[in-house]
Amino acid sequence: MIFLYIKIFTYMSRPVRFNIHPIQADIKDNISLANMPEGYTGEGFFASRLSDVVGLARKNSIWPMPFATSCCGIEFMAVMASHYDLARFGAERLAFSPRQCDLLMVMGTIAKKMGPIVKQVYLQMAEPRWVLAMGACASSGGIFDTYSVLQGIDQVIPVDVYVPGCPPRPEAVIDGFMRIQDLVSQESVRRRNSEQYKALLGSYGIQ
Amino acid sequence: MALTNETIKDRLIAKFGEQLSHFEEPYGLLTFEAPRELNLKVMQFLFDDEELRFQFLTDLTAVHYPDQAGRELAVVYHLHNLADNIRLRFKVFTGSDKPDIFTATQLYSSANWMERETYDFFGINFVGHPNLKRILNVDEMEYFPLRKEFPLEDQTRIDKDDAMFGRGTLPAAGTIADKN
Amino acid sequence: MMGEMTLINKNKHMSEHHIKLPEGSIEKTTTTLNLGPTHPATHGVFQNILELDGERIVSAEQTIGYIHRAFEKLAERRPLYQITTLTDRLNYCSSPINNMGWHITCEKLLGVKTPKRVDYLRVIIMELSRISDHLICNSVVGVDSGAFTGFLYVMQYRELIYEIYEEVCGSRLTTNMGRIGGFERNFTNAAFEKLERFMAEYPAVLKEFENLFTRNRIFMERTIGAGPISAERALNYGFTGPNLRAAGVDYDVRVHTPYASYEDFTFDIPVGSTGDCYDRFLVRNGEMWQSLRIIEQAYRKIQEMKGADAEIYHADAPEYYLPEKKDVYTKMEALIWHFKIVMGETEIPPGEVYNSVEGGNGELGFYLISDGGRTPYRLHFRRPCFIYYQAYSELTKGAMLSDAVIVMSSLNLIAGEMDA
Repeated sequence: MIFLYIKIFTYMSRPVRFNIHPIQADIKDNISLANMPEGYTGEGFFASRLSDVVGLARKNSIWPMPFATSCCGIEFMAVMASHYDLARFGAERLAFSPRQCDLLMVMGTIAKKMGPIVKQVYLQMAEPRWVLAMGACASSGGIFDTYSVLQGIDQVIPVDVYVPGCPPRPEAVIDGFMRIQDLVSQESVRRRNSEQYKALLGSYGIQ
Repeated sequence: MALTNETIKDRLIAKFGEQLSHFEEPYGLLTFEAPRELNLKVMQFLFDDEELRFQFLTDLTAVHYPDQAGRELAVVYHLHNLADNIRLRFKVFTGSDKPDIFTATQLYSSANWMERETYDFFGINFVGHPNLKRILNVDEMEYFPLRKEFPLEDQTRIDKDDAMFGRGTLPAAGTIADKN
Repeated sequence: MMGEMTLINKNKHMSEHHIKLPEGSIEKTTTTLNLGPTHPATHGVFQNILELDGERIVSAEQTIGYIHRAFEKLAERRPLYQITTLTDRLNYCSSPINNMGWHITCEKLLGVKTPKRVDYLRVIIMELSRISDHLICNSVVGVDSGAFTGFLYVMQYRELIYEIYEEVCGSRLTTNMGRIGGFERNFTNAAFEKLERFMAEYPAVLKEFENLFTRNRIFMERTIGAGPISAERALNYGFTGPNLRAAGVDYDVRVHTPYASYEDFTFDIPVGSTGDCYDRFLVRNGEMWQSLRIIEQAYRKIQEMKGADAEIYHADAPEYYLPEKKDVYTKMEALIWHFKIVMGETEIPPGEVYNSVEGGNGELGFYLISDGGRTPYRLHFRRPCFIYYQAYSELTKGAMLSDAVIVMSSLNLIAGEMDA
């Protein structure tokens, strides 16, 4: 029998080619402006949909409330810091009170002891409100399939965007935030009073 | 004369005699077993003695051995002599039907929460503890989760399929899962 | 007459209030204030119920367990390698220290001896994570006393530390770094370049951070005298780490029970005197300078290793350390070991071992009992945060309400470590 040895691997360490000498960003003409919504223009007037204009205003000024419980909270601190600045998306003021925030960012494992508190914080938020579940633990319980951990916050509150990861990279968090921005900008003004929304809240026991 | 494990063992046997047993030194740490009524006396002796100054309680925890009848729960104390840099460990065993152990909170304030955690996980009743209630789990929990008979997972969760994790049974042949 | 009638009606309306006051609340002279579990100043989820007499705290009661994730029960289900991911999430600001502490515990149980280069690499990573942890704590003390700038300045250098972790293990925060016996791969040149950049740039940043706070009148008046503790009470409460050293006791696990070749390095232990928040701040700053010193010594020692020595990154323990892939594809024993390690079927000798390392908060201990099976029989983490948080009510007795917040943040309470 002839054995064929196929050399699959070389064992030299792979040379690293990226991120050693980062290129400086070119910010001279690199300013992004918010896009105007679609509409009809004429002599001295611009007609657009109310929900578009309201969505544009809302999406660029979302005030998040960080509900940081564990490791994802530290990664969120890194997102808020100057390197991955979340403030450029309009989240300049971190509202620490649920009464004054738009977006509840649940970051970290929620234990069963903490579940009622998450619900209470959610109830204290005023409409329109969105929820972002950051991390695997908030989305589904993560690696903690135990008796004391709530297997995802969608057991107690409705969630709009899930950001998976353990912890998710800051870029992933920013991507999740941008998905929330998409949701905010495209939301109809009638959504919060609609039957489906009421049914959704009803399924969580929220009136 | 530097304090060694031999010296500590001799002093302990001189004071308590045959009541202490199972002297061993796994990985260099002197370990012994004391009867459960004497746990405070042993700790007090180790604290007050001028030579053996074990005045730092490093850790207090418990282990559940369901197979040893009458000696199911072991409370393990780790003590540390900071001045001479010697550690020791001693255990007291008790049965699981009436697990009463004297509390160490008068001697070491750090034992307060450590005993509460041990009560929360194993159900050991520390006699004389100022505030023995659950600390880490929800107050309404009725069982002691770290005992071996209780499962790790929450049995009421619906989104995780135990069969896929090697626990429980896979669906039988001829069911919906089988039809592609 | 009309006015009279309305007056009477008003009084009647007021006496028909449907508010039921709790028992004894009219006689109570203190206010109950609930601080947490969700509170901007509690960094992590724990609750303090304060009884206030005006602004003075009469008593404080702590409730924890809001992030209890049952690590100890989880560990009974997982083979040794899968427990590393659990240890990451204990003190998540300095995960590599937890990982390496766990690996050192396993090595003690299994009888694996690590070569010097592995020890020095571990020391570099552990000191980097200690710097990372103290940076979070000190800058957050600044944020809680109103000074946000320090936090933003130093977070940039935490990003550089994260980049170094990424070069070594691929992950930023919950690193799962290393294996039993060493590291999974040799440090790349990029990792060493970033480390050199860190060592070159960071001292100036730390100096600037100190200039912002250490002799700042407002910061000093906020933190001096806030939450002091004497050395005897601290020892009785089981304090370890920077909080104990701020009270005056120079107990450091790296010096008392050296692990990972810490005895080869010279460094000082900064010690405070009163144990208040200012001393804790200064002790943590001092420890960051000492960590830099250790990193420089370790880096120099590694650069001095030449030839074959410079390629060692793990111990020779084939039963516990994954063999190289080329061996797995060609040699039978390597294939069997690979299979057993990945499936978690390696034999662990029965025994019990207690090992501790100097974590960011103090003595992080691992008490591992093995019965010879594939998973531990019992694993208990001796968590410093859990043990010293008990002293909070004693630290804040008679203090003002604002001190409650500063004391909490200067103790560096990490909820993941507290509740496990």
